[in-house]
Amino acid sequence: MGSAEPSTAERRHWMGVLARASLGEIAARLEQAPPLPTHTRLRGPEAGLVMVRGRQGGDGSRFNLGEMTVTRCSVRLADGTLGHAYVAGRDLRQAELAALLDACLQRPELRDALLAGVIAPLAARQAEAAALVARKAAATKVEFFTMANMRS
Amino acid sequence: MYVAVKGGERAIGNAHAWLDEARRGDPALPELSVEQVEQQLGLAVDRVMAEGSCYDRGLAALAVKQARGDLIEAAFLLRAYRTTLARFGSSEPVETGAMRIQRRISATYKDLPGGQVLGPTFDYTHRLLDFALAAEREAVPPAPEAPADPAPMPRVTELLAREGLMRRDATDDAEPPDLTRDPPSFPVPRAAWLQALARGDEGFLLGLGYSTQRGYGNSHPFAGEIRMGEVTVEFTPPELGFAIELGEVVLTECQMVNQFAGSKSEPPQFTRGYGLVFGHGERKAMAMALVDRGLRSAELGEPTDAPAQSQEFVLYHCDNVEATGFVEHLKLPHYVDFQSELEKVRALRREAGR
Repeated sequence: MGSAEPSTAERRHWMGVLARASLGEIAARLEQAPPLPTHTRLRGPEAGLVMVRGRQGGDGSRFNLGEMTVTRCSVRLADGTLGHAYVAGRDLRQAELAALLDACLQRPELRDALLAGVIAPLAARQAEAAALVARKAAATKVEFFTMANMRS
Repeated sequence: MYVAVKGGERAIGNAHAWLDEARRGDPALPELSVEQVEQQLGLAVDRVMAEGSCYDRGLAALAVKQARGDLIEAAFLLRAYRTTLARFGSSEPVETGAMRIQRRISATYKDLPGGQVLGPTFDYTHRLLDFALAAEREAVPPAPEAPADPAPMPRVTELLAREGLMRRDATDDAEPPDLTRDPPSFPVPRAAWLQALARGDEGFLLGLGYSTQRGYGNSHPFAGEIRMGEVTVEFTPPELGFAIELGEVVLTECQMVNQFAGSKSEPPQFTRGYGLVFGHGERKAMAMALVDRGLRSAELGEPTDAPAQSQEFVLYHCDNVEATGFVEHLKLPHYVDFQSELEKVRALRREAGR
């Protein structure tokens, strides 16, 4: 931990977690985190669209399925660190906070505290929500009876 | 031909005021919130997102409320709104094989890896009106849970393809056409009609799909697999240069499996019709898959004389926003047009009577 440059995989992870978290959830985690440095908006936050693509037959060539709303924001910290966010939906403040956190998480002196205080709990909550859906789905899995075990 | 007509502003203003009052309904009842529409009329919201071709549950719920539950009007509102937004780019193709399954069934294999998962379905309900829903209810108990099986759920079509029994769909890196930017020039590639079908009217596609089952482009389909659940959407912003996750969307995917007699160059095998739609839209995904298979008849050397096999017929008529525009324009003033027709008919009658 604490290396100067985060890996692409680390950055991808926290950006994905922040994209899925609501503004309220992020703000609640930040109340317990150290204060964030001031930032300058470079672009946005602005709502727009991303064309979602599928594959023909599920695994063939690409096609355009339809658009989704996405909000993006780019910010800069006083030391020049750039933060970006692209998040599903139209919440401008969520996108700005996500961009600010992306910038802060690239700062080695802030990273560990923010990973532990913000990203990890949000990720855990998201994983639990997904696991709950998986458990409900599993409860609707059909158990077929064969003639043999119907008699037994 | 229309002629500019002045006047009517007061009537229009009053009509819209009445529309507003009618939308609100009896003021003694609580007003429906957009959140309630989103949560409790979720399948209407899904349909509006699919046909409005814009995934945003909150916007679609607002459109349903504003349109007083008229889902085609709601799709129109959503389409109009999307034109006000800039497009940041296109996503990576979604990986439906990695879908977080809420529902997954196959009508072709009983025991398939991952099993049959029913999910929140109307299937097997008795279709009897449930008057308990009309009364005040206590809190609905949460649905039962069972330990989740982490095993992957391969697509049924993949199982057949591994045996060489399923014709592989073409895979190339070509940039797919976008009907929202370039009008179709026939014949169009499959990517273009899949986009049109994904945003097409559910009722129209249902009727067309049904027609293929009844003999207008007979295709002997099996529902190889239907799956519904969340998939992650990834996007590569140019300023980052690597793909990031934007979040999840709920999709419904249908793989129809159809026999194919084979040709000079290909052995007999199965082919697929493909349906993929925003939200939980099983009927639409199935209808789309039937029509997709119909439209593939030319590629497979089959007859192309049925409506569902005609690209122009399907693509020019499946879009309900376009269709409603042309049908409903008939109610705009055609006073001068009609006056000239009236003159002509009167003249013909005078001539005939002479």
